[in-house]
Amino acid sequence: MAGIKSLEELQKIRAKAQQGMDLRKAGDEEYIKLMVGMATCGIAAGARDTFNTLLEEIEKRNIKNVYLVQVGCMGYCHDEPTVQVNKPGEPPVLYGNINKEKAIEIIDKHVEKGELLQDLIISKSFDRA
Amino acid sequence: MKQYRLHMLVCAGTACESQESKDIIKNLEAELKEKGYEKEVQVVKTGCFGFCEKGPIIKVHPDHVFYVEVKPKDVKEIVEEHVIKGRVVERLLYEEPALEKKITEQEKMSFYKKQLRLALRNCGFINPEDIKEYIAEDGYLALGRAIKEMTPEEVIETIKESGLRGRGGGGFPTGYKWELTYRNKNDLKFIICNADEGDPGAFMDRSILEGDPHSVLEAMAIAGYAIGAEKGYIYIRAEYPLAIHRLNIAIEQAREYGLLGENIFDSDFNFDIELKYGAGAFVCGEETALLNSVEGGRGEPNAKPPFPAESGLWDKPTCVNNVETFANIPQILLKGPKWFNSIGTENSKGTKVFALAGKVNNVGLVEVPMGISLREIIYDIGGGIRDNKKFKAVQTGGPSGGCIPEKYLDTHIDYQTLQEVGSMMGSGGMIVMDEDDCMVNISKFYIEFTEDESCGKCTPCRIGNKRLSEILTRITYGKGTEEDLENLKDLGEMVKDGSLCGLGQSSPNPILSTLRFFEDEYKEHVLNKNCPSGVCNMGKKKKPAAKKKQ
Ligand SMILES: Cc1cc2nc3c(=O)[nH]c(=O)nc-3n(C[C@H](O)[C@H](O)[C@H](O)COP(=O)(O)O)c2cc1C
Ligand code: SF4
Ligand code: FES
Repeated sequence: MAGIKSLEELQKIRAKAQQGMDLRKAGDEEYIKLMVGMATCGIAAGARDTFNTLLEEIEKRNIKNVYLVQVGCMGYCHDEPTVQVNKPGEPPVLYGNINKEKAIEIIDKHVEKGELLQDLIISKSFDRA
Repeated sequence: MKQYRLHMLVCAGTACESQESKDIIKNLEAELKEKGYEKEVQVVKTGCFGFCEKGPIIKVHPDHVFYVEVKPKDVKEIVEEHVIKGRVVERLLYEEPALEKKITEQEKMSFYKKQLRLALRNCGFINPEDIKEYIAEDGYLALGRAIKEMTPEEVIETIKESGLRGRGGGGFPTGYKWELTYRNKNDLKFIICNADEGDPGAFMDRSILEGDPHSVLEAMAIAGYAIGAEKGYIYIRAEYPLAIHRLNIAIEQAREYGLLGENIFDSDFNFDIELKYGAGAFVCGEETALLNSVEGGRGEPNAKPPFPAESGLWDKPTCVNNVETFANIPQILLKGPKWFNSIGTENSKGTKVFALAGKVNNVGLVEVPMGISLREIIYDIGGGIRDNKKFKAVQTGGPSGGCIPEKYLDTHIDYQTLQEVGSMMGSGGMIVMDEDDCMVNISKFYIEFTEDESCGKCTPCRIGNKRLSEILTRITYGKGTEEDLENLKDLGEMVKDGSLCGLGQSSPNPILSTLRFFEDEYKEHVLNKNCPSGVCNMGKKKKPAAKKKQ
């Protein structure tokens, strides 16, 4: 490649390279954490699709302060796939039966606009992890 | 850019590579592919996490899960459980000895909690063989700003104001050294990075070069811009093949990106870097010996002055700095001198990396703010003394340092306080000793080291250290006299005063400090022919009591 000639060029390369690294920074206090139940039951119910849809949406919308974690069974096997949303300073919300469309809705409403998806909530309290 | 949902950082530092971390990476990639997850999970090889004793390490992001002592055969389980099902593999987590509890996340481990990682910030976080990852972490931004927005004088002023002092042992203020070299006008000047790291047990410089080589290259270029040098050399011992390999890759990539070479950032500043290999003699880390060695001569020190800043490599003004010193530079420019000098104590700013070893539960590389107490390092970060034994002393400064007893554990360490208690910062070796260690034997170990490493150029060091070593050997064989103790002291002072270079000037320190704080132990050896810790042979036919494991 041709050498970097200006600070602007360096910044451009930096911005691009940073996108791939964001994930390693996630976990700081101000991040919204999305947890997808991905034990056997979750996977069987389609949790991997849900997970990948969430990932795609986050990427597509270029949302910076969200990170996705897959977790083990959350104990709601009948409502799989389950997704829990932890927003800093708010009680964690656990949603059930999250297929692809509903995953997009979670990003759209809860994550971006801060509106809860009342119909899909299984549990909402500080007691859950 | 492709988004992965998991990053798996596998340590590829020297310690972990020697424990098959290469196979771990290979297995991991194969296993992910087989299970169809290779597009979702990125495997990144990183530099040292500092927790080598528990290596190989795998850290998983974004969950921050920290696996220790991973074997290639564990990979399958990690993929099946963690990657596919999201279940942490408990048995591979680190267990805090003091709490008897498994800890999942790196940040929650007591080993990391009190650390402040500036020089090591990218070690275990980026892939050292990919310049883009360094650039993502603001790499080369400091160089760009220096060249584009600052005059050399402003760069020097910034470093001076930050209060940064040399991390190679001497503790000389870095900004002043740059200023001196800058003021000595000459058509040719040189920047040298001292990566000789001869202190037995210290490996921070190696870890920085392996884990974040670009930070040193960038800093050398900044130094070159500041003092007016176009050429830099890294003097590195040939026993560091991995660091050399990564440096070569990094230099190549930096040239490709135009960050080394001619007209950097489209300016008229040129700078390039070359490696020079040392054969691993301790004295070659001394800067004048190092310069002789780079020139192809014998690695023997010269009298100072003249200092390298006036007349160094090929008699040209030369600035020699240590690896860790350099690793601090880019951030000082980016975050400002006030940020840096807000960390630390009155006369010592920033952080220091220590190689914590010996009888503590957690050994490894730790980076702490100056002014932290020895107790915090040993008990909070180090997790206390192994097997609930009793603390006896902590040795800092390696062969030039001393042993610090329990009553000074609350010393807030910086360059000055360590000297006040008879030791020194040195390059950051820190060895913890417990009741089973014999202080006479420890000083014998160090003096034998310097006896071996003395270059022989001047008599006090060549003969003096040999005599000191003979006296100590005598004492450990039960043949010592009270007069020997007097002689140790007198001769020790003489060697310190009469030697040409820092090696001889500091080599008696381990003896003098143990004589000061553990005189009873020496007396016991001499008067009662008894080694209280049962380590020394004391002239018995039998071997000393078999040492317990670990
Ligand atoms: C015997 C001896 C060995 C030394 N070994 C090293 C070494 O391995 N690495 C190092 O950086 N400095 C070493 N030094 C200190 C160097 O002479 C020099 O002070 C240092 O490289 C300057 O860099 P700094 O100001 O950034 O610390 C040694 C000094 C002596 C007397
Ligand atoms: S003090 Fe020792 S190492 Fe230094 S020049 Fe003299 S003999 Fe050589
Ligand atoms: S080499 Fe892996 S933790 Fe140090």
